[in-house]
Amino acid sequence: MRGAWLPLLVLAALAVAPLAGFSASYEMTLMARAMILAMAAVSLSFLVGGAGLVSLGHAASVGVGAYAVAILDANGFTDAVQVLPVAIAAAAIFALLTGAIAIRTSGVHFIMITLAFGQMAFFTASSLSAYGGDDGYTLYARTEVAGARLLENRLAFHYICLSLLAASWALASMLLASRFGRVLRAARENAQRAEAVGFAPYPYRLVGYVIAGAMGGVAGVLLANATEFVSPAMISWQRSGELLFMVILGGVGRLWGAILGALVFVGLETWLAELTPHWKMIFGPLLVVSVIALRGGLAGLVAPRHG
Amino acid sequence: MAEPLLALRDLRKHYGGLAVTDGVTLDVLPGEIHAIIGPNGAGKTTLIHEITGLVAPDAGRVVFAGRDVTRLSLPRRARAGLARSFQITSLVAGFSALENVALAAQARAGSSFRFFRPAASERALNDAALAALTEVGLADRAAVPAGALSHGEKRALEIAIALATKPRLLLLDEPLAGAGPEETERLIALLTRLKAAYTILLVEHDMQAVFALADRISVLVYGRVIATGTVAAIRANPEVRAAYLGEDDA
Amino acid sequence: MTTQLLLVQALNGLQLGILLFLVAAGLTLVFGVMDFINLAHGVQYMLGAYLGASLAAATGSFWWGLLLALPAALLAGLLLEVLVFRHLYARDHLAQVLATFGVILFLNEGVKVVWGAAPLQVPVPALLQGGVTIMPGLQYPIYRIAVLGAGIATAGLLWWLVDRTRAGMLVRAGASNAPMVSALGVDIGRLFTLVFAFGAMLAGFAGVLAGPIFSVEPGMGDNVLILAFVVIVIGGIGSIRGAFIAALLVGLIDTLGKSLMPDLMRLFLDASAARQTGAALASMLVYIAMAAILAFRPAGLFPVRA
Repeated sequence: MRGAWLPLLVLAALAVAPLAGFSASYEMTLMARAMILAMAAVSLSFLVGGAGLVSLGHAASVGVGAYAVAILDANGFTDAVQVLPVAIAAAAIFALLTGAIAIRTSGVHFIMITLAFGQMAFFTASSLSAYGGDDGYTLYARTEVAGARLLENRLAFHYICLSLLAASWALASMLLASRFGRVLRAARENAQRAEAVGFAPYPYRLVGYVIAGAMGGVAGVLLANATEFVSPAMISWQRSGELLFMVILGGVGRLWGAILGALVFVGLETWLAELTPHWKMIFGPLLVVSVIALRGGLAGLVAPRHG
Repeated sequence: MAEPLLALRDLRKHYGGLAVTDGVTLDVLPGEIHAIIGPNGAGKTTLIHEITGLVAPDAGRVVFAGRDVTRLSLPRRARAGLARSFQITSLVAGFSALENVALAAQARAGSSFRFFRPAASERALNDAALAALTEVGLADRAAVPAGALSHGEKRALEIAIALATKPRLLLLDEPLAGAGPEETERLIALLTRLKAAYTILLVEHDMQAVFALADRISVLVYGRVIATGTVAAIRANPEVRAAYLGEDDA
Repeated sequence: MTTQLLLVQALNGLQLGILLFLVAAGLTLVFGVMDFINLAHGVQYMLGAYLGASLAAATGSFWWGLLLALPAALLAGLLLEVLVFRHLYARDHLAQVLATFGVILFLNEGVKVVWGAAPLQVPVPALLQGGVTIMPGLQYPIYRIAVLGAGIATAGLLWWLVDRTRAGMLVRAGASNAPMVSALGVDIGRLFTLVFAFGAMLAGFAGVLAGPIFSVEPGMGDNVLILAFVVIVIGGIGSIRGAFIAALLVGLIDTLGKSLMPDLMRLFLDASAARQTGAALASMLVYIAMAAILAFRPAGLFPVRA
């Protein structure tokens, strides 16, 4: 993988950072948020760059995972052994049901229908008054790992997020290189050709959509633990837009672009917010300029692709 | 007479008031090269779409290897052994020539719901792909991205992909369209070689090639087959001459 | 739910629908002719509302505000076109979605800086104040009726322009096959600008009209935008007729749904649960409708594209 030295370097830096003095509470929080969003972005990059499915509702998969944590928490289930499988299953089922309909469409219709399902998830979450409704839900405590309050240790949480991020990248890369991924990639570029040799794109795309949803769900579990708070705002279409931005900023052609994109996004968001409360007036045009100027995203600067 | 590999029975299709396919009945016998010729607007493209499954006919049947495939989807027909090359080449531009063919080989080599092993490392698929590329003379261009190939190479790649699906019937859609004289010669030589091993349904405009290669010819005019027969019979057929060939010998 | 209340809500639904149509018409043409997803169309609507509100306050007259806001909104739209959109026509939808998303962020924050975060009050013009009795015991605001009328008149004008004029014919042709129109020698660039400008003005017009009814605040365009997209997807991309019918449909479903759903839920649940699930379901209705329609007609009700 050309250019992969960059994200590997970044991951290594993240591994070393807490030991090299970046261990203040707000720094750890920032890095955790960046890594978790990077994980969500990698799963979206798999969908967009690999399968060609531009989802404007991916924040919903993350939200389903987060809400699984909240709902289980409210009912007394707090161990990862229970929470993780339920969250993954919930996110996968959500993706299966919504994807089954959405993948029958394509182009702008697909974008709109994923947006619609995202909105439906948002409104459902807002109406769950038992879990805070609009105001959101505060966790009693972070998820326990086999009875131990491991995630409350900042350092442990940091490395868990980092390993899950690395694992997501590895998993998504492996999937794209496999027979399954080859069909997805071919169908993305030329569905007619894939069909002509005997592949109906729909089942492969649906499976891809479910996998991406499940990965998003895991990110959601981490996100709920990071903020110890879950709210419908996590499922807003603006959040889905931000995830897409991370993917395109990093460069659609490479999975690891999403990691760069997420880090830059979180960094920018934090840094700009310190400059001025009206940071969106800087962020907006930055977004516009980066989309117009960086055709291949940041990854494209490091490892340009042919054609 | 042998059981036809492909049998079209009274296919009909209209768009609005226009009957684009007007009762086409045609047999392709195993082992033959059967050519379909006809003037522009005769409905050849629609007929191909109906055979491959892109377009559903309003009436009639498509029977392939004894099985009624009229309601079968395009990918399913491809899996059943009906391979098609496109007139306007349809390749995965970002894949190498080898990977384009390997994709086709993969379709016939078990399930593609395999998630762990890198597809590019599967020796069997690569070997099969290379064999098909060698057959069409593209072995030395295997690693080139398909989008970067020359027009003629793309055409050859189309045929390689079709071959890699281990087809029972090769449907070639104007493989010589826009080819220069040298390339035409090469392609005719290739088709002559393939003739021995595959049943071919050839849709073509190039009359020289058709008369050189075909065992039998069907002439399509205004959505109907006005004549089917050997090369000699078709050349001599007065209706065909009037409708298509004209008075001068093609 | 009395008949009067039902009628009022139905009228409100139609009026929402008409406003949605004005926004969606520009959106569907821009998408149909230029294949350009413009998420920033919602801020055109918002700008129209803000410009209308402040120009009305500055001149002391709603009508002057309206008259001046239209060209102002048009200019703002053209400025955006030159600065941002023009560079995106050749790009894929993903890039367009994101760049226009950036425009939304910028302008939502921008109006906060210029006008403050608090909602602006726009008084109903004196001429249109008060209500009219449409049924015994039922008064309906004159202003809302005027909005309905203005919207229908604009729809009629739009229909005449698109169906009966040469420019309109080119637009229709462009919506179903833009490269072909270009190949026929029409200056497609000029057509694009015309379509874009007109669409921006329509959205701005809707914004000005909406001022006295809805609150003028940052982000007011976001919800309208999503609904407008739902409208054009249901109606069929590129189709004005589809946008009109779909807009009225969406307006009615949304408004009637919000008022009827909680009552409907009361049949199954207790009062507070009914209110909540009712509200949630009502918000979802429009999307459920869209998903259902797309399941049977993936290209919308009146598809235009070949």
